[in-house]
Amino acid sequence: MAMRFAAIAIVSVLATAGTFVLVGPLRGYAETSGAGALKAVSDFDTIVDTRARSKAIFEEASRVLTHPRCINCHPATRSPTQGEDKHPHVPLVIASNSSLGPLGLACSTCHGPENRPIVGSRMKSIPGNAHWSLAPASMAWQGLKVSEICQQVKDTSRNGNRSHADLITHMGEDHLVGWAWHPGEGRSAPPGSQETFAALVAAWVKTGAECPD
Amino acid sequence: MSQNLLVNGTNYAVDVDDDIPLLWVLRDTIGLTGTKFGCGIAMCGACTVHVDGIPVRSCVMPVGDAVGKPVTTIEAIGDTAEGARVQRAWLEIDVVQCGYCQSGQIMSATALLAANPSPTDDDIDAVMAGNICRCGTYPRIRAAIKLAAKAG
Repeated sequence: MAMRFAAIAIVSVLATAGTFVLVGPLRGYAETSGAGALKAVSDFDTIVDTRARSKAIFEEASRVLTHPRCINCHPATRSPTQGEDKHPHVPLVIASNSSLGPLGLACSTCHGPENRPIVGSRMKSIPGNAHWSLAPASMAWQGLKVSEICQQVKDTSRNGNRSHADLITHMGEDHLVGWAWHPGEGRSAPPGSQETFAALVAAWVKTGAECPD
Repeated sequence: MSQNLLVNGTNYAVDVDDDIPLLWVLRDTIGLTGTKFGCGIAMCGACTVHVDGIPVRSCVMPVGDAVGKPVTTIEAIGDTAEGARVQRAWLEIDVVQCGYCQSGQIMSATALLAANPSPTDDDIDAVMAGNICRCGTYPRIRAAIKLAAKAG
C-alpha cells in the first residue's frame, strides 16, 4: 500500500512539472506581477542586447499599465471595472461614444474633479479627476497579453494617433494618468511613481520601442 | 464660511464649510427635503439633483463645487418642460410604491429626456441603471419614461 501511495505521489509531481514545462509559468497576461518597487531604467543596463533591453523595459512598465488603477478603465467591453479585483463597475455604466457615459448618467454624475472622501463607509473615497473618462474602445487592454498591449500602445491607428514622443508626454504628464498614484483612500497605487514610469517609457522608446514576444 | 447657492432660482447665503455634501445643505440648511438620503456613497441615486443642468449625486458633491452654478431639485423640476411631462406620466402610470427613491428617479428620467427625447429601452437602461428602487418599480418607470417621451 505504501508503495502505491508513493507511486501516486511521484506521478502527481511529474504531471505537475510536465504541465509547467508545457504551459510555462502562466505569465505574460495583463496582470500585475506582484509587489516590489518599480525598477529604474538603470536596472536594465546589464542587458547588453538593445532589443532585449527594450522588451524587458516594457515588461516592467506594463506592471503599471496592468495595475487596477489603470486597466480598470481600459476594459474589454465598454463598461469599466473597479476595485482591486476588477469587478464590474457598480452601478452598471455604459460608456457612450464620448467615453464619458450617456447624458443622464455621465461619469461626472458621481466622479468630481478630485477624489471625494466618504465618511462612515467601507468605501473610503470616490475617485475623481477633471478628465475622468473611459479609454476609447481602441485602447481596450483587459484580456490582452503584455505583448498585445505593447503593440496597441504604439499603433497610431489605435493609440489616439500618438507618436512615440507623444506617448512619453502622455504617460509622464497626463493628469489622469498621474491620478493613478494619488487614487484616494481605500485604493492601492501602481508601483513606482509617474516620473519613474515615464522614464521607463522614454527608455523603451529610446531602445527601439520593442514589444515583448 | 458663507456660500452663495442658487437653488431653484432662489439665492441662498448659507453658512457652511465648502466640503459639506450638497445634499446636507439642501435638506438641513435650506430645508428642501424632497431630495432623499439613500446610501451616501453615490451608489443608489436617491439624492440626484441637477447642477448646471447635469444630474449629480448630491450626497457626495461638496457644496463648494455647486457654488456659482444653478441647482435644480425635485421641488422645481416640474417647472421644466421635460420635468412636467415626466411628473404627469409618473402619476398616470402610478409608478410610485413606497416613493423613497422616486425623486431621484424623476431627476434622472428628466435629464435623460432632456438629452434624448426618444430613448430606446437600451437608452433608458443605460441612464436609469444608476437609480435603485427596492420596491422594484422598474417596469413602471420605463413605461412612464416612454409615455413622457410620447407626450413631448
